[in-house]
Amino acid sequence: MPGLEDLYREIILDHYKSPRNRGTLEPPAIRTEGHNPLCGDEIEVYIAVDNDIVSDIKISGQGCSISQSSASMMSAAIKGKPVAEVRALIHRFKHMMSIEDVEEPDTSAPLGDLEALQGVVKFPVRIKCAVLAWNTLAEGLDTAAQ
Amino acid sequence: MTIDIDHIRADFPILADTINGKPLVYLDSANSSHKPQSVIDAMSTFMAHQYSPTNRSAYFLAAQATEMYEGARTKVAKFINARHAHEVVFTKNATESLNLVARAWGAANLSTGDAIVLTHMEHHANIVPWQMLAAEKGFTIRWVPLTADGLLDLSHIDQLLDGAKAFSFTSMSNVLGTINPVKELVSLAHRHGAIAIVDGCQSVPHMPTDVQDWDADFLAFSSHKMLGPTGIGMLWGKESLLDAMPPFLGGGNMIADVTLNGFTCAELPAKFEAGTQPIVEAVGLSAAVDYLNAIGMHNVRQHEMEISRYALDTLTQRFGEDIVIHGSKNVEVRGATFSFAFRDVHPHDISQVLDQHNVCVRAGHHCAKPLMRLLGAHATARASFYLYNTTDEVDALCDALTETGEFFTL
Ligand SMILES: Cc1ncc(COP(=O)(O)O)c(C=O)c1O
Repeated sequence: MPGLEDLYREIILDHYKSPRNRGTLEPPAIRTEGHNPLCGDEIEVYIAVDNDIVSDIKISGQGCSISQSSASMMSAAIKGKPVAEVRALIHRFKHMMSIEDVEEPDTSAPLGDLEALQGVVKFPVRIKCAVLAWNTLAEGLDTAAQ
Repeated sequence: MTIDIDHIRADFPILADTINGKPLVYLDSANSSHKPQSVIDAMSTFMAHQYSPTNRSAYFLAAQATEMYEGARTKVAKFINARHAHEVVFTKNATESLNLVARAWGAANLSTGDAIVLTHMEHHANIVPWQMLAAEKGFTIRWVPLTADGLLDLSHIDQLLDGAKAFSFTSMSNVLGTINPVKELVSLAHRHGAIAIVDGCQSVPHMPTDVQDWDADFLAFSSHKMLGPTGIGMLWGKESLLDAMPPFLGGGNMIADVTLNGFTCAELPAKFEAGTQPIVEAVGLSAAVDYLNAIGMHNVRQHEMEISRYALDTLTQRFGEDIVIHGSKNVEVRGATFSFAFRDVHPHDISQVLDQHNVCVRAGHHCAKPLMRLLGAHATARASFYLYNTTDEVDALCDALTETGEFFTL
């Protein structure tokens, strides 16, 4: 049986205790909401997209350590990155979470700290927590593209 | 101890199992209970040697299966002290039972300008069916608020019930553990000309039930929370009300006659039992009722009061300000179901650390989101105890919480 250390890696707890990019952005930044109906986690992702670059991102809402740290790490990883690169990273992350419908990702998007969330896969119930922010971000990018 | 706990535990095979070498500490019986060997045996013997469809055929096996299925009904009726066995209708679960009342009684009796009364502590199963119907019929829903310690606040109940057609409430909260004064609530409803519908999911498995003493009109409950199998639930209703209601689901078994122009309904209880019924499950449920009767529901309640006292004392002694236990601290008005907040640790994380010790608690909104909003929580952790739980298991919960605290020092 996987141990707690597999799930709650130090860097994850660090992001949970001091989340990066907390807050909100004013319009025209895009606000997207995500819910995990099973456990009541709620997240809001605000993104500003300028010239195909995610120039700013803020996160608000509440949830467990996994959903919160995943959101925080995501925000740190994508801020200032081109939209195409962000999409590749979303893909890669969901692949790491073994979400079925994702085929082999482009490994040129580096995972960095996000690698620490790898252990979540051993706790299938928590995968939903880890991908909540990412699905919400993907929705926000779709809105931005419209 | 009022009951022989070792003896009882030995009847539940899963309680002797280990996961990763550690015993199971199952504290999620408010969600669903485990099953004694007698229930498992009754179902497998039935499937292996006695199985047959019911009601439709003359052969020996069919007659025997029908007798067993109807025997389960009679047992359930006695268990809740119903006047007649045919007042007990088998459904899929309590959720379906409540939908049945809303769709059959509600659709025939509620319309624009009417009102019904629910409480702030209801499970979604006693909210959503009424909201669905209200959206079609245009009646309003009024809500009984709660006091600070999680009891129903009855200070304005006469106003709320004034002109209402139904008062539907839980006999015990699945989040707060609060045991409501059912008899008093029924009598208040009747005084205002409203019928009283009781969601008995959380109380029927844990204490004596007497629908005639309550003078209730409907009672919904589920087999899987009272040592029986999943897949079967019960609706008890007063004969006169069930007789006057239109049917719920249409199909085989529920008709007296069908022509090209229409149909007529079967008598109770078949009128509300369309299609092939959960026969195997009824046999298992029947064994579960036997098991509970052998122990005695007063003894079950007594045992759970002792556990509750011990849990409240131990949790507060060991964690002081670090733990917030929702609901009343008076074991006379609460069951052994405890929702709590522990420091700032998210319930999901609590249940994850507890799981390392095989301590099974539920984390989430417990299908009671309006109540969660009132508590100002998105989620809580909930430990719930049953007749097979011990005070040692309260200690195991506490030990696991201590570790949770160490892990998540913010
Ligand atoms: C108070 C209450 N009402 C209704 C239900 C629904 O029961 P079931 O899921 O068996 O239909 C539950 C079970 O969670 C409950 O606790």
